[in-house]
Amino acid sequence: MNPHDVVITGIGLASSLGEGLETHAQALASGAAPNTDATSFAPYPVHPLKPLELDRQIPKKSDQRQMEPWQRLGVYAAGLALDDAGLKEDAEAKGVLQVIVAAGGGERDHAVDGAILTGLRDASEPGAFLNERLMGDLRPTLFLAQLSNLLAGNIAIVHGVTGASRTFMGEEQAGVDAIRTAHARIAAGQAEVMLVGGAYNAERRDMLLLLELGGFLRKGEFAPVFAREATPGLITGSAGAFLVLESAGRAAARGAKIHARLSHVAAARSKRQPGTVEAALNGLLSGFGAIAPGALAISAATGAAGITAEEASVIAALPQARRVATGDLVGHALEAAFPVSVALAAAAISAGQAKEAIVTGAGHWRGEGAARLVKA
Amino acid sequence: MSAKNQPAVNQTAVNQTAAGQTAAHRDAKGRRVVAVTGLGIVTSLGQGKEANWQALTAGESGIHRIERFPTEGLRTTIAGTVDYLFDGSFTAPQLSEKLATLAADEAVSQSGLGQPGDFPGELFMAVPPVEMEWPQKQELARTFEGDVDYDGLLRAAASQKFKPMHELFLFGAVADHIADRFGTKGSPISLSTACSSGATAIQMGVEAIRRGDTEAALCIGTDGSVHAEALIRFSLLSALSTQNDPPEAAAKPFSKNRDGFVMGEGAGALVLEEYDHALARGATILGIVAGCGERGDGFHRTRSSPDGKPAILAMRDALDDAGLGPDDVDYINAHGTSTPENDKMEAMSCTAVFGERMATLPISSNKSMIGHTLTAAGAVEAVISFMTIANGRIPPTINYTNPDPAIALDVVPNTARDAKVRTVISNSFGFGGQNTCLVLTAEPTHA
Repeated sequence: MNPHDVVITGIGLASSLGEGLETHAQALASGAAPNTDATSFAPYPVHPLKPLELDRQIPKKSDQRQMEPWQRLGVYAAGLALDDAGLKEDAEAKGVLQVIVAAGGGERDHAVDGAILTGLRDASEPGAFLNERLMGDLRPTLFLAQLSNLLAGNIAIVHGVTGASRTFMGEEQAGVDAIRTAHARIAAGQAEVMLVGGAYNAERRDMLLLLELGGFLRKGEFAPVFAREATPGLITGSAGAFLVLESAGRAAARGAKIHARLSHVAAARSKRQPGTVEAALNGLLSGFGAIAPGALAISAATGAAGITAEEASVIAALPQARRVATGDLVGHALEAAFPVSVALAAAAISAGQAKEAIVTGAGHWRGEGAARLVKA
Repeated sequence: MSAKNQPAVNQTAVNQTAAGQTAAHRDAKGRRVVAVTGLGIVTSLGQGKEANWQALTAGESGIHRIERFPTEGLRTTIAGTVDYLFDGSFTAPQLSEKLATLAADEAVSQSGLGQPGDFPGELFMAVPPVEMEWPQKQELARTFEGDVDYDGLLRAAASQKFKPMHELFLFGAVADHIADRFGTKGSPISLSTACSSGATAIQMGVEAIRRGDTEAALCIGTDGSVHAEALIRFSLLSALSTQNDPPEAAAKPFSKNRDGFVMGEGAGALVLEEYDHALARGATILGIVAGCGERGDGFHRTRSSPDGKPAILAMRDALDDAGLGPDDVDYINAHGTSTPENDKMEAMSCTAVFGERMATLPISSNKSMIGHTLTAAGAVEAVISFMTIANGRIPPTINYTNPDPAIALDVVPNTARDAKVRTVISNSFGFGGQNTCLVLTAEPTHA
């Protein structure tokens, strides 16, 4: 391997299936039924997070309390990745380890919002009423639990990763660009090792509201991502994934276990018209060189009308042996959807299920991404 | 380390272009050089470089009483809002997009790069985190009666009568619209590193050009998010000044009686361009982004490490990245928020980096006049830093009437000062342990 090749030396995954590399690799191999909940947020099904033993990755209760679920999930998954890479106790490495997080925003206090909106109905002075209630009812620390960049901030505090961090926002494409940028920086020698990923909490009505405003959610029972034509839409899932990306030279020097080589990552932004997603994804894949027959295809497809069919058509034209929709295993995790998919691909290669994997994903509203992983 | 004020650019015969005709310029580390060929700015002081420069060097304040929303019951009632762009009501993402558009228009026009709507480079954008705002939630709530809860709002949303709100409140939409308008290439980046976001946008543009991914980058920081809840959130963290009267005196960085920052709005935009690419088309070079440094801080969610180590290392990294040393710096564009903690930590960190020189090295805070433009600050202040270099004049730190004896600095008090400035370090520090420093220099002089 070229010393500037980018390899994956740490995988951290947590979802509705549980946590860890083996759990997810097994689910990939067996095609186990997903863990869904169609009642708690009815009519919207979700893939609920399998409860985590938070103490294992976030030892201090005070830290746990200062985070919202999406941040705890992300910090937890990041800790798993650091453990897997053998970097958790390496203070020197963590002092230079750079982080890119794909993040949305924090959770609303749903009860406070509801009470304020109810009160606003009859308030004679709505502005003053809103001020009074917000000053009284918002927890001061809630803001920090909501801020997008505070997942990265909490990774620094809890795990001592203090190289520097950047947070990308922008729904699914944030996850694509996070991995693309980390890959590009290592390949160009601008960084030697990076922690990159994202986390999404699907069990929150404020995010369901945003997605439903645009008509993007599937209602009713679970159906596989590529079999939702009758009732298309996203079924969101709580999931977090972080990867330790490293230059092959650095990984070899410290004798790290290499799960897979991340050979290509690319992103596009098509102006959504019929056919543009298919053209964009084909354009990205054409830059990846010849894809080996028998490659595993892992798709971060959303299940949204039209674009998921276009993605299916792109995948069907690949010489792949098997197609897996990440959404069928763990649901759609927005910013984390692409990182989860790349982590699954790396886990599959690491477990010997495939020698090569192609990951694709088209955001529910904007953005197309693809990656190629090969056995190191 | 280079000698004082020597250009950090070498012309070597080693780095021939493909045509083999012109020697390519490389920086002290052998990398492509990142020039600035366009600058744009909007703040509460006005729209455009000229209006801002005039006000900044006159020591004027853009801080005023908030009229955008009622301030009854609030501890802080002032801000540096930009109130002259919309007649009716608007949301934070709409104002942020408008501010970014105006700043980018000015920068792209000045650069003369590409064609209107066809910018030949990538987009890196610092945007404030957005979420659905109260007026829009109330609009949904008005479609039904009785107590409001999220299930009711969801039923209203399911009617599909409010479809535009989805795109309005997506994190990626502002950058997507800017990418459409200016025709930038590739997948646009929307990023946040809290109050250092604007500097990170520039850093990402620098890295992409150095990698050879792109010949040019449009780097923008924008923030138009002063609304009641945003202000209240900062207020609940005791981060804001409560000295509301008079508003223009509230932001007083490095003063003994400083008591918090004042929220501001604005946008800064920079066209970054590979130096030889800019030279080849005869563009005017406004300066060089010579170095970037960034460090995380695992000490606390809102407070900096007491020893200032991350800020110190970020400055040293930026200087090292530029191939320069502390003695090469002529002026520090401070983060200077006017919070008790930031200004103390920044002064201490600067003293650690610059040593005895710190007693006489000018350092000033633009935030004394425009407030803290949050997500935009790093970009806004980089634009002002390049204007400082171009004009040979340092904007002051205003409201400096009660110096803090614990931090003895030359803050360029109250009045602008003429000075030869070739190299600036611009600091940005944010919640969540974000520390980003940029080294910005004049165009190199060639033998």
